[in-house]
This record gives sequence, C-alpha cells and structure tokens, in this order.
Amino acid sequence: MEQLFIPILVMSFVTYLPRVMPVLLLSRRNLPAPLVSWLSYIPVTVLAALLGPVLLTPGGKLELLPAQNQVLWVSVPVFLVAYFTRNLFATVLSGMGLIALWRCLF
Amino acid sequence: MTTIFSQETISEFRRGAAGAVPIIMGYIPIGFAFGVLAAESGIGLAGAVAMSVFVYAGSSQFIALGLIESGAAVSALGLTVFLVNLRHMLMSASLAPYLGRFKGWQQALFSYELTDESFGVHSAALRSRINPSPTRMISLNMCAQLSWVGSSAAGAWVGSRLFFDTAVFGLDYALPAMFIALLVLQVESRRHLCIALLAAALSVTLYLAGAGQWHLILATLVTATVGLLTEKIPGRAAGREQS
Repeated sequence: MEQLFIPILVMSFVTYLPRVMPVLLLSRRNLPAPLVSWLSYIPVTVLAALLGPVLLTPGGKLELLPAQNQVLWVSVPVFLVAYFTRNLFATVLSGMGLIALWRCLF
Repeated sequence: MTTIFSQETISEFRRGAAGAVPIIMGYIPIGFAFGVLAAESGIGLAGAVAMSVFVYAGSSQFIALGLIESGAAVSALGLTVFLVNLRHMLMSASLAPYLGRFKGWQQALFSYELTDESFGVHSAALRSRINPSPTRMISLNMCAQLSWVGSSAAGAWVGSRLFFDTAVFGLDYALPAMFIALLVLQVESRRHLCIALLAAALSVTLYLAGAGQWHLILATLVTATVGLLTEKIPGRAAGREQS
C-alpha cells in the first residue's frame, strides 16, 4: 500500500487539473462568442469520438461483421431506442437486454 | 438532518440522485470489473478503493493497473493517465459558461467528479434549459462516484475469492449503451449528425493509425472547429447558448 501512495497521488493530480482548471478559469469570464460557439460543439464531437472506436474496433482492430462485432450490430436497435425514447435508463436497459439475447441466440 | 439542510436542498439532492441512476447502472459492472482486476493485479482492496476515490477515472484506472503491474515509472504512469484524461479539459471548458453561478468550492467539488458520463448528462440537461441547481448537479456526481467506489470495493472483495465474468447479463454493454444515448441527446440537427459521424470516423482512423491516446482529443478539436466553421450565421449558436 505504501508503494501505491505516490502513484495514486500523481494520478489524482493529473486527472483533477484538466477537470478543474477550465471551470475555474473560464466560468466567470465573458468569453468571445466564437469560442462559446466552438465549445458548444464539444459535447457532440467528444462523445462521438469516444463511441466510434468502442463500436468499430473491438480488441483494437476494425471489425464490421456481426460474427466478430456483436456490439456494433446490437447498437443499431439501441440507437433507435435512444432516438425515440430520448431516455438514458430505457436505452441502457434495452441495450443490456439485447446483447444478452444476442449471446443466447448465437 | 433538517436542522442542517433545508427541505429544498434535500429534494434537490434526491433529484440529483434520481438523475444518476442510469450512470450508476453503467458504473456498477465496470467498477466491479475494475475491482476484480485490481484484486488480481495485487493492488488489493485498499488500492482499488483509494484509486476509485482519489483518481475516479474509469479507463485511466484500468490502464494504471497494467502499468503498475508491469512496474512502469511513476512519470510514465502520470503522463499516460494525463493524456487519457485530457479530454476532460475540453468537457470542463464546455461546461464552464454554465457554471458561473456556482460558488468556488462548488466548482472545485463538481469538477472533481466530472466524468464522460456525468458530463453527457449535465450538458444534455443544461442544453434543454432545465437549468439544474448546483446542489442537484453535485448530488448527481456524488451518487455516481459513490456507486463507482462501492462497486470497485465489491469487485475487489469478490475478485480475491472467485472468478467473475462481467459479460453475464450484458453488463459489459451498459457503458456503450449509455454513450449511445448521451450522443443521441446531443444531436440537435442534421448538421450535428454529420459532425458526429465525422468525429467518430476521424477518431477511429486516428486510433487505427496508432495515434495513441491522442485520437480522442485530435478528433474532437478538429470536428468542433468544423462545426464552428460550418455555421451559417456566425454568432447565432452563441446567442442561443447564452440565452
């Protein structure tokens, strides 16, 4: 446990700084309109950038066929559930149900 | 309790907790898996809990386990974890315009528990002008982290005793499903959809090209800029954000 103290301290520092500095530095300023507008694209772009590799590259390689990539194909109906319900809870539950069903059937 | 917290504070706390439920469903299996791996890697229950309390960053914690196990230098560990979490800087910056009404300590506490998932939920709520109170937003974060810490502890406890496979019941799919819902909530127009597809494609390309941990940040920076440049009336979106 003692040999973990320094690594955990360092990790806690390098994960907290990027999370807290922008809020502390930017929240009380009047930011230029183009910057605010640019920042408004961060949610959609960062979430898409996170999700892309999760869906398309299981195990670090591009896989498109159902046999190699069940996550991608189960995600098609899950996208529809998310679109029509706009509900996190319903999407997560149906996603878990669908992948469990897929694994039972194939 | 009522002498310390007003009725209003308590009900806001409850609303935050309710908002955290989908996140918690995603965190429990992943936190549990982290705990199991932590037990196997030898950092043990105390190490797993300490990491979940003080680091609280899903993917970084998994990467850190591997690095610590392989005896990597603290500098390499710090740099890797920093890069993996650098995306939170962009998330924090994009929430900043909404957080001016927070007190200093509330900003510090809120940011400490900012994750991909809580960010997605908060920015969807703020965009739809629900304008949740600081108490509600912080409560959501605290409940999410509590579930993360609790499930890592449970995983480490079970993991040191028996083998457990998180693919059971589709638990491992909870997080991808949550990302899908969070992304869909952010897509407001056909142009947003195009930008999202571009971001995903660029991220995958950079990832496959071996951009290391940079694929997320590069893809986000480039496509957010594309978004800004393809706005028909400059400043229109900015006006909407500030109103």
